Amino acid sequence: MNALRRHRALTRIWASDPGWRGWFTTVNHSDLGRMFLLLAVVYFFIGGILAMLIRAQLASPRSPFMGADVYNQIFTMHGTIMMFLFAIPLFEGLAVYFLPKLLGARDLAFPRLTAFGFWCYAFGGSMLLFALVAGIAPDSGWFMYPPLSSTLGSPGINPDFWLIGITFVEVSAICAAVEITVSILRYRAAGMSLSRMPIFAWYALITSLMILTGFPPLILGSLLLELERAFGMPFFQVELGGDSLLWQHLFWLFGHPEVYIIFLPAAGVISTILPVMARTTLLGYGWVVVAAIALGVLSFGIWVHHMFATGIPHLSLAFFSAASTLVAVPTGIQVFAWLGTIWKGRPHMHLPMLWIVGFFATFVIGGLTGVMVAVVPFDWQVHDTAFITAHLHYVLVGGFVFPMLAALYYWMPHMTGRRRFFKLGETAFWLVFVGFHGTFLLMHWVGLLGQRRRIDTYDAGSGWEVINLISSVFSFIMAIGFVLVLIDVVVNAAVKSRGPRNPWRAGSLEWAMPIPPPAYNFASLPLVTSRDALAASSDLAVRLAKGEGYLGAPRQNQRETLTVDIATGTPNSIVVYPRNTALPMLMAFVTGGMFLGMLIKAYWLVPLAGVGIIAFALRWVWTLGHRSDLGPQDAGHGLMLPYATEVEDPPGWWGSVFLLLANATFFGCLLFGYAFLWTVAPNWPPPAWAIASWPMLGAVVTGAILGPIGIRRAIGAVRREGSPALALGITMIGCACLILSGLSVLMSMPDPTRHAYDATVWVLGGYVLFHTGLAILMTGFLVARAKTGFMAPGRLGEARIVQLWIDYAACISLVAVSATFAPGLLS
Amino acid sequence: MSFSILTLLLLSGCTQNLSIVHPAGPAAATIATLWWVLLVGAAAIFVLVMVLLLLAFRVRNANDSSDQEHERRWIVGLGLAFPVTVLTALLAYGLVIGEHLMPRAVPELVTVGAEARQWAWRFTYADMPSFETDGVLHIPAGKPIDVQITSVDVIHSFWVPRLAGKLDAIPGHVNVLRIEADLPGEYDGVSAEFSGAGYRMHDFTVVAHDAESWSAFIAGETP
Repeated sequence: MNALRRHRALTRIWASDPGWRGWFTTVNHSDLGRMFLLLAVVYFFIGGILAMLIRAQLASPRSPFMGADVYNQIFTMHGTIMMFLFAIPLFEGLAVYFLPKLLGARDLAFPRLTAFGFWCYAFGGSMLLFALVAGIAPDSGWFMYPPLSSTLGSPGINPDFWLIGITFVEVSAICAAVEITVSILRYRAAGMSLSRMPIFAWYALITSLMILTGFPPLILGSLLLELERAFGMPFFQVELGGDSLLWQHLFWLFGHPEVYIIFLPAAGVISTILPVMARTTLLGYGWVVVAAIALGVLSFGIWVHHMFATGIPHLSLAFFSAASTLVAVPTGIQVFAWLGTIWKGRPHMHLPMLWIVGFFATFVIGGLTGVMVAVVPFDWQVHDTAFITAHLHYVLVGGFVFPMLAALYYWMPHMTGRRRFFKLGETAFWLVFVGFHGTFLLMHWVGLLGQRRRIDTYDAGSGWEVINLISSVFSFIMAIGFVLVLIDVVVNAAVKSRGPRNPWRAGSLEWAMPIPPPAYNFASLPLVTSRDALAASSDLAVRLAKGEGYLGAPRQNQRETLTVDIATGTPNSIVVYPRNTALPMLMAFVTGGMFLGMLIKAYWLVPLAGVGIIAFALRWVWTLGHRSDLGPQDAGHGLMLPYATEVEDPPGWWGSVFLLLANATFFGCLLFGYAFLWTVAPNWPPPAWAIASWPMLGAVVTGAILGPIGIRRAIGAVRREGSPALALGITMIGCACLILSGLSVLMSMPDPTRHAYDATVWVLGGYVLFHTGLAILMTGFLVARAKTGFMAPGRLGEARIVQLWIDYAACISLVAVSATFAPGLLS
Repeated sequence: MSFSILTLLLLSGCTQNLSIVHPAGPAAATIATLWWVLLVGAAAIFVLVMVLLLLAFRVRNANDSSDQEHERRWIVGLGLAFPVTVLTALLAYGLVIGEHLMPRAVPELVTVGAEARQWAWRFTYADMPSFETDGVLHIPAGKPIDVQITSVDVIHSFWVPRLAGKLDAIPGHVNVLRIEADLPGEYDGVSAEFSGAGYRMHDFTVVAHDAESWSAFIAGETP
């Protein structure tokens, strides 16, 4: 088979459906990556238009342009869109599109999950967009502090759009994070050990783990606030045992890691592009990886620096102030590693490099003002002033948007296969760069002169007029620059000027393929022996196209790729991907029905959609697996590997592990919230504690023992080629006992609106019921799979996944029941 | 350059009612000094980084030093040791100031209460239990004041920029802020926590009295 015939055969196997159908049925990471990127850019321009409206309003004192009600919606939506609908999805798009190419794989771990995540983002985002257009958008700030965002401050539907729409979008972030984590750990080129991974993969891995642990607090907060708004469960109402500070803790427990979730991918882009632009390798790869990990870990210890003015004791503030300043150390290591990289290389000022230099000049200022506001007394003064607005734009625009523009110009030849013909990009850079600093540099000063954030206008004679006018004028220059970038990209993508295959002479694998990339990425999969695989053998692309790598022979029309051992990169199985399907889109649509039901208070829609989701999910997992043992297969070069369905830890097992990590974080935050209210909220203890009954305690202990034991015995029975029926029956009984205990937790407090404790108990009970219900469903699925011949001694991956979920359900049931009844037993 | 000229212009020319850099009390003065220190330090570091960046494009050292050498110089020296030194000093400075600004027990302390609501301020006085004022807080000049801050509806924030930093008014909690005005006069205060449609106008005035008029005030004569 020659290269061209191989290309045709693989294209036939991997291509998305033709025409408009392809948009809805594609599960290809390149297609979905492009869709993510495109939609994120659309939201960037929508958010940008809102920013322009803000600057138009603030250009002159007492502007009649808009009133406070409209202005509040606009600044709330500007922040919300830029954070949730632009920055995070842009990272997801970048990772979805590039990671398999950088790692030498043909797709991500769970292609249908990629599609599901995209559609959740698209549907959730459109809820918020609808609210904006209809003039009922959230208007209590992107931080949504109750009581202002609760029924007391906002009786209308506005905050519900935020709480429900953003949670829907976060489903997409969690999906993408699970996907990216498993892909980086398992879906790499043969021989790509962790220390040979491209630096961007390290950053994406850390970012994804941060999403998995950073987003759950916000999802929990949104859930609690929506329960308070919809059903009067008083988590944040002080008279009934709640505390508005709980929201602030949950929100910033998410909100600060969020800043680094946005910055780290950008840092990964710089660490990737900058060495290429300087014709050298990254200085201190190991240091940079450790610094990025340190940044990720530290970012979870500094959320309180958004709350310096809430009256927290000074000793606690000292701790968080120290942690906040400490964050500057790993950031400093990276910045100086980059500078050192330029010094040791021969830098060329191509357009991506120009944006990186712009990044340095901007982000360093943002970092320095960041250190300033980490100093507690200074923050007491500038908190909630324009100084902070300026600071955060220096960090986010300088630290994220500029590197992303570098990435755009660096990878555009790869995505389009074209050379840049028109050189509008340089002009656009200068307009954006000068416009940005003109807008935000003096804004620090007007903040020091006392201009608060979020005021809709100001009086003449306040001393702020000149600076605000300057800001507004330059902001329009910046906006023109961004539009010019857009025109530049569109024009250059449209002009047929074919470019060379590796225009920057980079050493990473994504350039070892034809450009624009084919649907299958690599005609055969590379064997990697160094960090810069392409630099090590410059004819790699040709050899891969000739089929000299692994899996070069298309087999039975299957979409195949390799998985590897996490640490060493030794290949250990062959994955067969699912084909094009509309299932993810339909499932996201039905999920949207559930969120919509909550939004418009049509609660009958929620269980209906729930049943739909279960049906689709069962269909989703049923299509996986085989009814007979297929045995080891030829992966090329004499390497015989099993299919991933015939190993003990299939990708789905790893996916479940990381999904459970996010889930456990959610549960941990719930327990934190409970402990916080108990110790800090003024109106505690509640009128009555829940009283445990012995049968109920017996049920939870029995269930927590029978469930995990049953599933283990079932797996053991299959291993010995026996019937798992009895053991699965025991598992069912165990799960049923756990459901009973969950119900009794719920019933112990008849009225969840009486006190925050009662409401908390309901959430604990609901959480137990959800997970034990899920465990029963999964056990039932296993029963059906066992009956139809999908389970065999060599095919136990599914059962081991179910075991994870049953163990988890047992653990959280025990913890939730103890947390509910311990105070009653102790007092 | 143009920035510093503009700064001078703005510093001298305009009204200063809410300005952090025109302090009129000890707490605000300490923080204003802190700001100038931070500005000078940050500017120095920024210039250093920019010079290093510019030189990277200009200087081509012929004797190629090894990667280890580069790592030692750039990452261990500039990336690790330099920020750790600077930040430790800064952190200590900030904590000492912060500790100094805490509402500790002192003689001659005057205690007042500030209760925020959408969109008004009500003030009470420990020396006159049944007396309250709306929108105007009376204090003696030259004496430390503890303001006990709370809210009856949503979250607000008590902020008199020329006297001290801000502190949130949170329903169900009472936060204590130490303020002091050096001289008698009127000082503008605002809420600095977004609170909905009336946020911009959620302001108040602090009137600092000289000793004589303060004794008249607490004696229940004209405020």
